[in-house]
Amino acid sequence: MLHEPASQSGPDASADYKMRIGVWMFLLYAAIYAAFVAINLLKPLWMEKTVFLGLNLAVVFGFGLIVFALIEALIYNHMCGTHEADNKGGE
Amino acid sequence: MAIAIFLTFVAAVLGLSFYFAAKTKSASGYFAAGGQIHWGVNGIAFAGDYLSAASFLGICGMIATAGYDGFLYSIGYLAGWIVALFVVAEPMKRLGKYTFTDALDAKFNSRGIKLFAAISTLVVSVFYLIPQMVGAGVLVEPLLGIPHYAGVIMVGAIVITIVATAGMTSTTYVQFIKGAMLVVFSLIVTVAVLVRGLSTEPDQGGRVPFYKYATLEAKEVKGALVVNDYKVLTSVPAKAETYVKLEKGGVQTWWLRSDKDGKIALKETQYEVKKADGSKLVNGLPASKDNVLRQNGGLEAIKGKTGPEAATGKVGPFEFLSILSDPETRINTWKIVKLSDGEDKVVVYAPSVKPGNKMMRPGLKFKTEGTPIQKLDFLSLMLALFLGTAALPHILIRYYTVPSPACARKSTIVAIAAIGFFYVLTMYMGLGAVINAALNPVTDNMSAPLLARTFGTFLFAVISAIAFATVLGTVSGLIIAASGAVAHDLMDRYLQLGHTEKQKVRAGKIAAFVVGIIAILLGILFQGMNVSFLVGLAFAVAASANLPSIIMILFWKKTTAKGIAASIVTGMVSAIGLIMFSPSMYDKFGLNPATAPVPLDNPGIISIPLSFLVLVAVSLLTQKKEASAA
Repeated sequence: MLHEPASQSGPDASADYKMRIGVWMFLLYAAIYAAFVAINLLKPLWMEKTVFLGLNLAVVFGFGLIVFALIEALIYNHMCGTHEADNKGGE
Repeated sequence: MAIAIFLTFVAAVLGLSFYFAAKTKSASGYFAAGGQIHWGVNGIAFAGDYLSAASFLGICGMIATAGYDGFLYSIGYLAGWIVALFVVAEPMKRLGKYTFTDALDAKFNSRGIKLFAAISTLVVSVFYLIPQMVGAGVLVEPLLGIPHYAGVIMVGAIVITIVATAGMTSTTYVQFIKGAMLVVFSLIVTVAVLVRGLSTEPDQGGRVPFYKYATLEAKEVKGALVVNDYKVLTSVPAKAETYVKLEKGGVQTWWLRSDKDGKIALKETQYEVKKADGSKLVNGLPASKDNVLRQNGGLEAIKGKTGPEAATGKVGPFEFLSILSDPETRINTWKIVKLSDGEDKVVVYAPSVKPGNKMMRPGLKFKTEGTPIQKLDFLSLMLALFLGTAALPHILIRYYTVPSPACARKSTIVAIAAIGFFYVLTMYMGLGAVINAALNPVTDNMSAPLLARTFGTFLFAVISAIAFATVLGTVSGLIIAASGAVAHDLMDRYLQLGHTEKQKVRAGKIAAFVVGIIAILLGILFQGMNVSFLVGLAFAVAASANLPSIIMILFWKKTTAKGIAASIVTGMVSAIGLIMFSPSMYDKFGLNPATAPVPLDNPGIISIPLSFLVLVAVSLLTQKKEASAA
């Protein structure tokens, strides 16, 4: 048996582009996640402070990290999809 | 009704498996569902695969007992999908065939990588299987009234049937159905919690009468404690507090002593006594089906108010969290203290009231204001959660069930949406369980199903069936990953046994059976540990053993086969070694946790960088050899 994917897909001209923006988006998210962890370790009492609609920083930051992950994912998918479509159009 | 819904669900799952079994003839079909699953279905199946007992039972339980600290797991587990989407998803799909070992080995064709990556897959899968099986036992015990071990065996048998019949196809659809149902019914429970609102006299919708714990006044006369109407039998110091045994009407009871402003108060506790003759008392009377520990929790004050005027009625989602974050809101939790009273062994569940502002920020479980070691432990956990997801073999194999890299990407985004939404709901379900006084003091793992029970038998039955399906879905994925590691990575590619397609499928099924049996044994052995904590450890092993290789093979051209093999071994051995000598494991082994040689419970902060370093060092040392070999 050859060592190939379970289902074949052709060469991907957008692979480098997708990897590049993926790394930048990952670094952006990692930085915000690191900030969340850092506040908890260095200034834990900040997390008690009410910041928005009666919610404290811990809840807003925590929910924010979850929502931001989805927003970034959708932007990433849009950029990848557009690039893939452009490359297909050019082929 | 609970049993009927539960059995219907199990029958449907098994029916689905037998239906797909007839269509699964090839190795591609068995291990990767033929690579033809739609990305939308795969995305929800990702959620079904990933939202394990740790997420549903463990996180909700930890939020119920430790507040925001439990939600940290939700944040970390979800953040891990960012690594999966931006860094791993498409390259994994492009490089691999059935397993993540394929992807690591695509460039090198190295026997070392095949062997160690397969072993790592097995180890991580087994580590991850333990909490799932523990969760299964915890769940089935109250639902069907059978012992923990019987529940574990039952889950094991059903999962082995699912995996051994149709492999990845039936596993995918079981996970899809379970993932969708989990999110929908968690939303229903959350809405129910918000509509009921908050009260300091929770009666579970009239189903369980509100129980108010008593407080007695006491005084000291000539050094001896005196309590009106009670005979004081003994005082036992434990953990900087004093527990007092009283007797009234022939019934002995344990109380927590509190000294404040020169006054002595005794607070009522719950307790279990194991007598030397093996008999057991619960709250002073013989243990029986009718005399069990009361459910714990509730609110002592809502923004400083108590009694009927404190009840809020229906609240909005933000208002709910805002009220619970208020310093004047006081939440009833409890601490577990073990005492010796002569030959009797006593376990006391003593009241411990937490102000809302402390409950709703990190710090109750993870000591973010503690010693440097405690802070390091927290950092280590958050690192492992962030980096662990993209290194879990049972998650990575799902990239091979879709037709293309773009579908792998899209299915990951669907997964992030479903999983993220569910994790937001865990906050409401966990807090809902504690404010409705629906907690089992012995184990926090049942918080979500017990919360559902406060809304009636139907919701309890459905939530329990879903929780059971949660275990089935995740365990199926894990066993298929382990089965692929044995049958495909080890037998076919490492040992090159030259099996036919049919023989490969049979080998996969036998491997699934064996791993299933191991999972059953471990599930019985580890009864009683928080499932989310155990999964956190599995993440640490995965992040240490697998992620450095995945990242470096994609981004560092000097990575060599020997570097990858050495990194996997280092990450795996160091993570497991650190876990085995950690305070939690010492406690589990019955040793004094303070004497554990490793002060950290979470090994990631040491084992992940170590694995990266070894990969770089060995790769640099083996550059010439591999270049000349090529």
